[in-house]
Formats: sequence, structure tokens, C-alpha cells
Amino acid sequence: MNNPTSILGLDPIAIGDLIWAPLVIILLKVVVIFVLGLVATMLMVWFERKAIAGMGNRIGPNKAGPWGLLQTLADGIKLFFKEDLMPDRADRFVFKLAPYLAFVPAFLVWSVIPLGGDFSNGKGGIVTWFGHATRVQLADPPVGVLLLLALSSVAVYGIMLAGWSSGSKYPLLGSVRASAQMVSYEAALGLSIATVILLAGTLSTSGIVGHQSSFADWHVVSTGVIPFIIFMLAATAEMNRPPFDLVEAEQELVGGFNTEYSSIRFGLFFLAEFMNTITMSGVIVTLFFGGPQGLFNIPGIPGAIEGSIWLIAKVLVFLYIYVWMRATLPRFRYDQLMDLGWKILIPTSLGWFMLMAVLRLSRDENWNRGLVAIVAAVIILGCVALMSTAVKVSKANREREGAMF
Amino acid sequence: MELVVFVLAAAMILVGGLGVVLRSHPVHAALSLILTLFGVAVMFVSQQAHFLAAVQVIVYAGAIVVLFLFVIMLLGVDRTEDLKTEPFKVQRPLAVIVGLGVVGLVTAAVVTSRDVVATRGAGIIEPAMTDPDSNIRQLSRSVFGDYVVAFEVTSVLLVVAVVGTVLLTRKVKPTSKESQ
Repeated sequence: MNNPTSILGLDPIAIGDLIWAPLVIILLKVVVIFVLGLVATMLMVWFERKAIAGMGNRIGPNKAGPWGLLQTLADGIKLFFKEDLMPDRADRFVFKLAPYLAFVPAFLVWSVIPLGGDFSNGKGGIVTWFGHATRVQLADPPVGVLLLLALSSVAVYGIMLAGWSSGSKYPLLGSVRASAQMVSYEAALGLSIATVILLAGTLSTSGIVGHQSSFADWHVVSTGVIPFIIFMLAATAEMNRPPFDLVEAEQELVGGFNTEYSSIRFGLFFLAEFMNTITMSGVIVTLFFGGPQGLFNIPGIPGAIEGSIWLIAKVLVFLYIYVWMRATLPRFRYDQLMDLGWKILIPTSLGWFMLMAVLRLSRDENWNRGLVAIVAAVIILGCVALMSTAVKVSKANREREGAMF
Repeated sequence: MELVVFVLAAAMILVGGLGVVLRSHPVHAALSLILTLFGVAVMFVSQQAHFLAAVQVIVYAGAIVVLFLFVIMLLGVDRTEDLKTEPFKVQRPLAVIVGLGVVGLVTAAVVTSRDVVATRGAGIIEPAMTDPDSNIRQLSRSVFGDYVVAFEVTSVLLVVAVVGTVLLTRKVKPTSKESQ
């Protein structure tokens, strides 16, 4: 019972006695991931500004450092030296607590994303450093994916309490919008993850990566793309990024939940937001695109480093997609956002999950494939018809009662 | 290791629990409740019940207390309550009786099952120690196997509650001409 595995996860380095060398390796991992996280976020802010500037036919940051690379660092230093204001009507303790509640979960997600390692030939991503077998991942708890969901549900508090504790109207409206949005989309997020778990048969992130050993096994292919699309949309809403950024709709809410924040407290929210973009891209790659597993061997590079290269390449693609979406898509209206979440994403992800479960069962039980497909198609069509009728009827009722939308 | 974790988690639970009762501000009380829930989650992890810990955080801290806060903020009751006025006279003596009763029951349960509590690791299912996913397997076998009827009835109950709430809060509006 008194086994440190229970707390440190399944990393083989944490099994057995914790003597000096493994302890140092774990500490080293913590420091490296911390620094990596901060530097990556810094570069992400630069990348986003530069890419959006390019799409908007502007130049973007170009003064600090080569190609303006150090712009974020300069902005960060400036934020540090700004006056830290606190509104008179603010709830002092909660006002100070909120930025950390937003920032810490964003950082902790890094700990369960497999950042590299050799997953080929059933090695399970275990590498040997200084004679100790370990994973290129800070922790591999048995509940890996659920930890991600738990962290994203804790992150709601940061935004919600920031808005409330400011003691001012617009931040409160912003934070109520944000938490309603995040709670609604968490359901779709969880249901699309459930499809992945159904196929992988494990919750641990390294197990999920290990399950996607070839392109046909990548969950984006083997779950049939739909869960990936739903996850991508729900994750965007969960991060409050455009086109779902009603939380900080400048035209309506000044700046949203963080209006009253200044100095480094604002900096923490800013950092958390951009770090969430990176970690969420990492999660998408882990769940649907095989994480550090590559499509082919890069010649001349050892397996463990190759994994990290693949991971970075895949994450960069998603970071670009997020920037692209921000630059090109207009913001949703609030009722459109809620309609999309509750009437389309949640029913679709639930239906798709049940379909995958039936297909899985029919394979295990050796049922007649054609019959299963026909019955499933009939049931799906029936459900779609029922759902759209219900939506139409309720819309007609609302219009009859004279509602605005 | 286990003792240190237990002491810290127990401190979190107790401080949170006291906060829920003693803080006069509803939002602070709700935040104390989150602290308690996290303490319980840590306890679960130290007992190797990882799945329960994750679900505890996702469902209770992530959804239910968020809804509490939502209601508190939307109804605008986020002010310090005056505890002197008592709208419902019988509830304080009743609370004392219920509290003492619960303490008595827990003590009685511990005393009568002393021999089980004292044995370390009694009632632990062996495969749970080696297979990391076995927690989830065992839970799902009992929820969707042994207790599937109770599980389904609970979900029906929740649906009934939701439909009932929608029905009760829905006002039948007069036709648009009259409302002008």
C-alpha cells in the first residue's frame, strides 16, 4: 500500500525505492517542462501576432530582437513593472486567488502529455536515461485523460471568480458567460474523449499513444473523424478562443472577466490563455494523432528524439489552425453558441459514441456485419429525424410566444 | 508518506468543512466546499482510488459547485448574511440533533467493525494492486452489472427532475397582442 506509484503515476522510474538518481531525473523533468512551457508560450504569443499580422496584411512585432521574437519578453517585463490595481469593491482574497486558479491548471496539463519517446515495436515510449528506464512525460497516472478533464473543470473557477471578485458589472457578465460556455462544452468534450477511450481500452495517455501505432490506428481515422471534429470545436470553446470568445467580446464587455486586472495578475491570465492553446493542441495530438508516433522513420535520428520531433511538428500544425481560425472566423452570437453546443455537438457525440460501442460489440460477438450496419443506420436516421422535429417544434413555439430569437 | 498525505488532506477537509459552516459570505462558503472536495480527492488518490478522485473533481468540484456559484451570483445573494435573524425557527435545534446523531452513528460503526478497520488492507481485491485500469473495470462491472437497475432508475429520476423543473419554471405567455 505504501507505494509511491500511487501518487507519482505509472512511470517505471517511480517504482521501487526513490533514491537519488531517479529523484534527480524527476526534478530535472519538472524543471525542463516548466521552462519549456514558458518559452513555448512566449513563442506562441509571438507566432500568433505575427501570423495574424501576415493574414491582415500588416507587419506585426518586428522591433524587439530578430523578427520581433523577444516582443513577448518585453511585454512581460513591462507588465511586471506596471501598477497593480485593486478595485475598491473587489473581494480581496478571491481577487488575488483567481489568476492562479487559471494559471496552475494550464500548467499542470503539461505533466500528462507524452512529449516524446520511442513507441515503435511495443516499447511503450520507455526510454533509458543515465541507466534508468523512464518516460518522456512527467507523470503517467492511470486516470490520465480524466485528469485533463478535471483540470479543465478547475480552470473554470479562475475565470468565474476573477469576474465575480472584481465587483464590477462587465467582468461579472463576462465570467457568467464564460462559465456557462465552459460547463456546456465540457459534456461534448468528455463524450468525444469517451470514444477514444473505448477504442484504446485505457485511460492513461501513454497507453492511448501506444495504441496508435500506424496511420490506420490513429484515432482520428479509427474513430471516424467525427469525434475529432467535435473535440476540436469543444476544445476551442473550452479555451474561450475565437470564434467562441464571447467571454471577452470587446464591443460588449470592455474586456470580459479580466477587465479590472492589471500588472502581472493580468499577465497570468494572458499566459494561461496562450498556454492552454499549446497544451490543448498537445492533447489533440495525443488523443487523435498518435502523439510522438511518426508516419515514417526520420533517417539518422534516434527513436526517442524522433518522437519529440514528430510531436512538435504535429502540435505546430494545430497551433497554426487555431491562429488561422482566430484570424478568419467572426465571433458567434451567444444563442448560436449554445445551440451548437447543446443541439448539435452533444447529441452527435453521444450518438457517435453509441455507434462505435455497437460496432465494437458486433466485432467481439461476431454478429452479422451487414445487419448491424442497416439497423444502426435506421436508428440513427430515426434519432436525427426526431431531434430535428423537436428543435423545429420548440422554435415554432418560441416564435408563437413572441420571443426575440 | 501515507501519514503525511493523510494529515494534509484531513487538514484540508476540516478547514474546508469549517469554512462552509462558519464563513458568512456565501461565495466564500462555496469556495471552502471546493477545498473539502479536493481534500477528499487527495484521500482517494492515497487509497489508490484514482478514478474516484478524478470523478470527484470533475463532477463535484467541476460541475456541482460551479452551479452553486452560478446560482449565488445570478440571484445576487453574494452578500454577507446576517446570521442573527432566523427565518425558520426549528432548523437550529434540528441541526444539533442531526449532527449529534451522525457523530453517534459513525462512532458506533467504527466501534462495531473495529476488527475490520484494524486489519491493514482488509477487503482489498488483489488484481487492483497490479493492473492500473482495474479500478475502472471493477467499478463499471458493479455499476453496469450488479446494480444496473438502480443505476438506470437513478438516471430516470434525474430526467424527471429536469423535465419537472422546466415545466414548473415555464410560464405560458399570453398571446402577443395582449402582452403589448
